[in-house]
Amino acid sequence: MTVHRVMGIETEYGVSAPSDPGASAMLLSGQVVNAYAAPLGRSVARARWDYEDEAPLRDARGWEMARSAAHPSQLTDESGGSGVEPDDPGLANVVLTNGARLYVDHAHPEYSSPEVRTPRDVVRWDKAGERVMLKAARRIAESPGLTPVNLYKNNTDNKGASYGTHENYLMRRETPFAEIVRGLIPFFVTRQVFAGSGKVGIGQSGETPGYQLSQRADFFEVEVGLETTLKRPIVNTRDEPHASADKYRRLHVIIGDANLCEVATFLKVGTTALVLDLIESHALPDLTIERPVSTLHAVSHDPTLKQLVSLRDGRQMTAVQLQWLFFEAARAFIDSREEDDPGGQTEEVLRRWESMLTRLERDPMECHRELDCVAKLRLLNGFRDREAMDWNHARLQLIDLQYSDVRPDKGLYQRLAARGAVERLVSEEEIEEAVTTPPQNTRAFFRGECLARYGENVAAASWDSVIFDVPGMPSLQRVPMLEPLRGTRDHVGELLDSCPTARDLVHALTGR
Amino acid sequence: MADQEQVRAHRRGDGEPDEAPPPTPSAPTTQAKDEDIDAILDDIDEALESNAETFVRQFQQKGGE
Repeated sequence: MTVHRVMGIETEYGVSAPSDPGASAMLLSGQVVNAYAAPLGRSVARARWDYEDEAPLRDARGWEMARSAAHPSQLTDESGGSGVEPDDPGLANVVLTNGARLYVDHAHPEYSSPEVRTPRDVVRWDKAGERVMLKAARRIAESPGLTPVNLYKNNTDNKGASYGTHENYLMRRETPFAEIVRGLIPFFVTRQVFAGSGKVGIGQSGETPGYQLSQRADFFEVEVGLETTLKRPIVNTRDEPHASADKYRRLHVIIGDANLCEVATFLKVGTTALVLDLIESHALPDLTIERPVSTLHAVSHDPTLKQLVSLRDGRQMTAVQLQWLFFEAARAFIDSREEDDPGGQTEEVLRRWESMLTRLERDPMECHRELDCVAKLRLLNGFRDREAMDWNHARLQLIDLQYSDVRPDKGLYQRLAARGAVERLVSEEEIEEAVTTPPQNTRAFFRGECLARYGENVAAASWDSVIFDVPGMPSLQRVPMLEPLRGTRDHVGELLDSCPTARDLVHALTGR
Repeated sequence: MADQEQVRAHRRGDGEPDEAPPPTPSAPTTQAKDEDIDAILDDIDEALESNAETFVRQFQQKGGE
């Protein structure tokens, strides 16, 4: 059992144009994608998304929703919905040389990180996404005639709208989905004590003055379901593996907040990966809780972490205490086995998880260098002490918003990081490299390298395919990549090095 | 608080030390932290938009996933 697993994070960024408040969000989002892609030349800008294997209406519980019954926003395999023109900004969609996808999802620019295998690499390529957005915003600001945009790595405008940060974890298909749901609901309801990014105001529009742990909690209304844009469920059932469907499922986690703190992201995905391993190994005790949705809200609404959670077996405990039970199950299971963990990230996740829970029980403020919900609260309390402000004061809401601005001068998190006031896990050099370079140990290596080496001849790409358009060949050549752990540097590095052109590569792969 | 006792007892039963694990090496001392916060707030104040009310009101998003 380890934290090693194929995973990644997709983030919809908040987008606004202060000089033109009425500007179309889709237009601004398309501008962001195009501004980033244009200077990269034909290689990146030309590659389209290949929708062939997408199935957003397939439900992990074993059925498929009728297209006619779906909300238009659920038809994510149509991009932009019906009636859009081919040059519609809503279709802006590129695959990057780091293996990520940058596109317009609904009315937000979205960065979907490439598939990686460790929590630290999740952090690295997630941070690369912040830099991609920053570069896009800067290019727009430098382009005469374009409306400058601000980009925010957050999840709500505090006026009733929410947009997502989704984690994806590859799982074995044979694990019954009901067991995944049973194990994850109590975990997701309580992990917000360290994974939350904090929000000023209680309720979907922040209508009740106060501070809560999570950006997203108030937007979740049911326990399990297929939807992601309405009636949001704690466990999402979209069954779109982007891989061999008979072997794998992709767990699509929609309940997380967008984290700026690297330790928060590291812990969020590291602990979730451990819990998934416990579920797959049938080693997780039954921690079913009563009234998960209202408990999710109540836990988020109490930053003192004293809110009690009721288990179905009659026990009552705080969210941190319930997290201890998950920690202990993971610790005991790992101690019972002797497995290699190259790089030691499993031990690091456990060590940080234990340290975090210990300090959250003692005094949550001790975690201000590691967790967004605490770092943000510390700033807010500082200003409240200085200026005697109520929770509904506009300046506090401004701090909440600007905390997530991607710019180094305007983003409050970014300023904390520049001062050394938050703990870092990856260096700026590692992040910059990840902006253009793919992870080496998943199929993202093949995808990213194909774009970098043969971009002119890549007609389209997706999570599980690259399609080549080779001059002289009568039809497009589609290379399927249904195994996420094939296409690594070890697997195809030499092959790529021996193929100077796309024609050579297609010939080597297909014999044609 | 019986539940809290139970959780802690369980941890001890697992052979975990009762005390908190050592803080992460980069954690500052309480004193340094207190000195630091004023400088941090000054720095943050500089970055904040001056027209807080208008700026916050104009940040309106369409819902996403």
